[in-house]
Amino acid sequence: MTGLRFDLRDPPPGAAALRAEVRAFITEQESRWTPEVRARSWMGFDRDFTRAVGARGWIGMCWPKAYGGGERSFLERLIVLEEMLAAGAPVGAHWIGDRQSGPLILRLGTEAQRAKFLPKIVTGDYAFCIGLSEPDSGSDLASLRTRADRVEGGWKLNGRKIWTTFGHLCDWMIALVRTSAPPEGGSKHQGLSQMLVDLKAPGVTIRPIRDLVGEEGFNEITFDDVMLPDDALVGQEGAGWAQATSELAFERSGPDRYLSSHPLLEASLDALRNDASAAPALGRQVARLWTLRAMSTAVAGMLQDGADPVRQAALVKDLGNDFEQALPHAMRGLMDVDAMPETMRRLHDYLTQITPTFSLRGGTREIMRGIIARELGLR
Amino acid sequence: MTGMTIAAELAEQVTRALADATDVATLRAVESGAFPAEAWAALDGLGLAAALVAEDHGGAGLGFQDAMPLIEALGRAGAPVPLAEAIAASALLAAAGITPPEGTLTFAAAGARVPCARHALHVALADGATVALYAAGALRIEPGTNIGREPRDTVAVTGAPVAQGTLPNAWGSEAALLLTALIRAAQIAGAMQAALALAVEHANTRKQFGRPIGRFQAIQQQLAVFAAESSAVSVAAAAAARAADQRGLANAAFEIGCAKITAGEAAARGAAIAHQVLAAMGITEEHALHHYTRRLWAWRDEGGSERFWSARIGQAAQQGGALWPFLTSRDEESAA
Ligand SMILES: Cc1cc2nc3c(=O)[nH]c(=O)nc-3n(C[C@H](O)[C@H](O)[C@H](O)COP(=O)(O)OP(=O)(O)OC[C@H]3O[C@@H](n4cnc5c(N)ncnc54)[C@H](O)[C@@H]3O)c2cc1C
Repeated sequence: MTGLRFDLRDPPPGAAALRAEVRAFITEQESRWTPEVRARSWMGFDRDFTRAVGARGWIGMCWPKAYGGGERSFLERLIVLEEMLAAGAPVGAHWIGDRQSGPLILRLGTEAQRAKFLPKIVTGDYAFCIGLSEPDSGSDLASLRTRADRVEGGWKLNGRKIWTTFGHLCDWMIALVRTSAPPEGGSKHQGLSQMLVDLKAPGVTIRPIRDLVGEEGFNEITFDDVMLPDDALVGQEGAGWAQATSELAFERSGPDRYLSSHPLLEASLDALRNDASAAPALGRQVARLWTLRAMSTAVAGMLQDGADPVRQAALVKDLGNDFEQALPHAMRGLMDVDAMPETMRRLHDYLTQITPTFSLRGGTREIMRGIIARELGLR
Repeated sequence: MTGMTIAAELAEQVTRALADATDVATLRAVESGAFPAEAWAALDGLGLAAALVAEDHGGAGLGFQDAMPLIEALGRAGAPVPLAEAIAASALLAAAGITPPEGTLTFAAAGARVPCARHALHVALADGATVALYAAGALRIEPGTNIGREPRDTVAVTGAPVAQGTLPNAWGSEAALLLTALIRAAQIAGAMQAALALAVEHANTRKQFGRPIGRFQAIQQQLAVFAAESSAVSVAAAAAARAADQRGLANAAFEIGCAKITAGEAAARGAAIAHQVLAAMGITEEHALHHYTRRLWAWRDEGGSERFWSARIGQAAQQGGALWPFLTSRDEESAA
């Protein structure tokens, strides 16, 4: 069960100073954030805010300076992420680029790709989205059918992606697509590749999908003979599956997997500060939060060390999703909705509707538990 | 980093010594009231009781965090010998300026039931910040047990202490409670690993409908939850111990409480899953599982239950201003 080992990490030197810096920045910005903005957490898209964060050097913090990065550690970056999420800052316009698209380009991209994309992610000029899911391929992702065929001077892309968060607001997608048929009798995980897709290219049609809150967050994106240049390919042709799954430790272990409801916990604590009968229930939430934070920090330390803690990430995501998902209901148990102060009620109302997504996005609960079960030797 | 290597080595040693000297029969004997003298001798021979005592007082000078893996290892074997108690008691005595005695030693907060008092040569009792060391002859002991059928005895003082001392501020007036919470949280982590291993082994061998039950997703998903909870307890116990090293035991009450809540909740969830997976077989006296699950249930209540700690943690949070700054202000940065 070595895949389930966690080693504690202390915050890096200078952590408190960096935290204070981020907090001061948030204090300047937060007057514009309604409770709904805060409740959206990293699903809140605000390009101006992202540009301001970029100007402070807090996007691409761990990347080389040559590409506009800050050459800081993962644990320093974690401090910025934690502070942003705890405050409910609308970080969506840079979240994906900073968390996974940029790191992927840095690791596997060509020199030209790094020079073209990374500096613009850092400034907030390029926002990225994730092109994995398709209408007929969700959890069984490798069954996807969108294809890029080699043509003179590049690739021709056809197919459809769905549930693409902020596809309508982003500039680029990294899409996982089929570039060759799986070998006869071979695994469907072969023959997949990752492609950089310019969402403004001819043949790309983006249709926002309204969600249960009444908002347009995710999209259906259709590709009709979209011409991609040769250098749209990221990494190796045919190695897309391995590349995409190696992103998952980055995608699944962060504080975005347990802090999505945090602004509600703060508001609840404020409202219940003098209610002795609420103390035990609040204490349980705080204890859980404290434990999850130690686990998530441990995973950041492993990433810093260059390990690939993909199983630990699945485990922290599953525990974290349970926590953030149960929070609105738990707080509702401490105070009737009609008695809640307005901010708390609006956070509660929004989060109640959106919490089902927490254990879906980034891979479902059942898929996370399947990964852990495999590590236990059960499958 | 070297500290962690020492910690891992000690845990290895304890695991090996326990494997050589104890098995399920030892747990049965303990539960019927016997003292596993040979096992105790084997483990005591490793000289670990003084693990947390400073080197200039004849100990190994390890930190709490260094000791967690070895206490987890004890939990993994069902804690057949009261070594965790001896380690914590020695630390408590040394902190109060008392040289820890040789041989079986246990401790408790005054008024609380004492683990294994009836088998101990010496008992340390902490009344607030005052620690008194008694020889067995100075105590009247009324035997009792917990759900794990481990000795949890009521003691009345009938004679004078061998020595008496006062804990420094860093240890505070709740040191016995905090030490108990910390060692039980680590033992819960270990016992959960043992129960999980039994459940996984059963899932891979028991066949129904023509295949091992571990091939059924319903079983896999439950055991995955168990594994996640088990990891959470290990991390929580280690993080609480780290806080005690960094800030002193008394100032780590918040972290120790959080760890004990996490451990208690996880213990309940894990024990329930293990029994569901082992079904009727796991209910039998013959199967080893109940030795672990009954200890898990019992240890939840020792050193403060989830109810006890969550009320305190909740109050601390209510009085601590905004939660996030409160939590992060307790971080200790690593050295530059
Ligand atoms: C808010 C939100 C944002 C998203 N953003 C993006 C995005 O930006 N880009 C992107 O590509 N995708 C995105 N997704 C899609 C997300 O990745 C998928 O929803 C997820 O992978 C599940 O796929 P599905 O919805 O097709 O469900 P399905 O795979 O059809 O699953 C339905 C149910 O069956 C269960 N199930 C499926 N297979 C198994 C199995 N083998 N064992 C046990 N149970 C199983 C699932 O756990 C689930 O409960 C987003 C989703 C949400 C909700």
